[in-house]
Amino acid sequence: MAAARTFRVLPGFNLTLGYTLGYMSLLILIPLAAVFLKTTELTWGEFIDVVTAPQVVATYKLSFGASLLAAAINAVFGLMLAWALVRYSFPGKKIVDALVDLPFALPTAVAGIALTALYAKNGWLGQYLEPIGIKVAFTPLGVLVALVFIGLPFVVRTVQPILEDLDTELEEAATCLGAQRWQTFRHVILPILLPALMTGFALAFARAVGEYGSVIFIAGNLPYVSEITPLMIITKLEQYDYRGATAIASVMLLFSFTLLLIINGLQAWTAKRTGRDR
Amino acid sequence: MAGAATLHLGSDHAARFESKQATRETPLVKWTILAIALGFFTLFLLMPLLAVFVEAFRKGWETYLTALVDPDALSAIRLTLLAAAISVPLNLVFGVAAAWAIAKFEFPGKQILITLIDLPFSVSPVVAGLVFVLVFGAQGWFGSWLSDNDIRIIFAVPGIVLATVFVTFPFVARELIPLMLAQGKEEEEAAVVLGAHGWQVFWHVTLPNIKWGLMYGVILTNARAMGEFGAVSVVSGHIRGQTNTLPLHVEILYNEYQFSAAFAVASLLALLALVTLVIKSWVEHRAVLAYRDSQDTAS
Repeated sequence: MAAARTFRVLPGFNLTLGYTLGYMSLLILIPLAAVFLKTTELTWGEFIDVVTAPQVVATYKLSFGASLLAAAINAVFGLMLAWALVRYSFPGKKIVDALVDLPFALPTAVAGIALTALYAKNGWLGQYLEPIGIKVAFTPLGVLVALVFIGLPFVVRTVQPILEDLDTELEEAATCLGAQRWQTFRHVILPILLPALMTGFALAFARAVGEYGSVIFIAGNLPYVSEITPLMIITKLEQYDYRGATAIASVMLLFSFTLLLIINGLQAWTAKRTGRDR
Repeated sequence: MAGAATLHLGSDHAARFESKQATRETPLVKWTILAIALGFFTLFLLMPLLAVFVEAFRKGWETYLTALVDPDALSAIRLTLLAAAISVPLNLVFGVAAAWAIAKFEFPGKQILITLIDLPFSVSPVVAGLVFVLVFGAQGWFGSWLSDNDIRIIFAVPGIVLATVFVTFPFVARELIPLMLAQGKEEEEAAVVLGAHGWQVFWHVTLPNIKWGLMYGVILTNARAMGEFGAVSVVSGHIRGQTNTLPLHVEILYNEYQFSAAFAVASLLALLALVTLVIKSWVEHRAVLAYRDSQDTAS
């Protein structure tokens, strides 16, 4: 067999790959496997009962619905922000560009209490919104606001590099051929941006579904109204219902795995569409 | 998943697009887009950030300082620093090892490995905490063995460190893999042919090429390690003065209606976030310069 081995010039293959696999198995894969093994302690019927209990189903509706909506809002406004950052010059642009990453850097708990303070009855924004009948803090709308905050950089940062790489020639050609500006955007620019935009959307969505810290402060956490799925896991844990918590966690994990595969596919598509693949 | 947060070497493109008729919008369209984009930015990013500092100082400097020198706050700061001090180096070593294996060698299952490294990003922080409760908790796999030997992991510092390592796992690897893949392995191979040992190759050839990407990954890891809330909250047990990190301390103060104190501690974390963003911009700037240098010498 030794003769069949490929000759490697660089050292360290066994060491680094072995360490990578060992470290990852110990800290990530085996602990994650614990979720599925623990779930098998429930019979199928019990499992279905736990994960389809009305209170839990209400959390899916909120978590998935608000996350989809937040990702969609981010796709629209994130694209505009990326567009403004790439194509226009305006004072303070460097600061705006740097602060786009704030949701990555700001601890979620801090974001949560800050948003709550803004939208509470006597907050900067809440004092104007509540009199006209828009309650944000402690309602599902508050959940949406927190998820928009969390997901914003994903769309901007996936779309921005693609916009920067665009050659001006494409648009010049479109204009020469008589296209209006909007037609150029719709038929020339948008198709190039679409894979990246969808990747950003999916990343923001995936992050939003699992988000906990920034949401729980502003949500108010009313059962059936403003409870998110991750909170349901915490609630079950606090009641020492480990099996129930694990069953819901396994549903969330399956969903995460699926999204991860979709995102990988989208990223490959982005690379292909923009010629960034090797 | 952190695809959105990788080091990108963008410079200012506005001039290129604004100078040509074909790539310009009418002033009305331009100012509308700009107004909507910046309005959205102000509403969702700038205002929450400002709110933290305004709320923190609402009751004056004294209340602010009292909240920060409170023994529970100090112990939370210590624990947060400790968790970061352990998890950042661990994930740094892992990130370099993983990137070396993936970028310098061909082996079956490479693409799957890259996907698996991303996994912790797509797992909810709450689930990340839960997995360690299932393994090390009282009813977990090693629960009875641990309690027989009087070792506490869950509701103690080791659990907090484990949860932090889990959520910050991919950052450095994520940063280095695309960078090292793009750089190839010719330089390293040349060094080996010229007689360099493995470590010499790494220190003198690879490291100078990846240092900015590495720093970028470390900064992101550190910010997340110090700010993690969900995962740590599950494993901490919230014992004041013992197992509370800074974000958990913020939560406790907030839930006790000590709003000014909560925002005072939160402002520390917000400052940390701002410092992170400043260093990040600086690293990006340096990386652009280094990249231009290398292009100049190449041509």
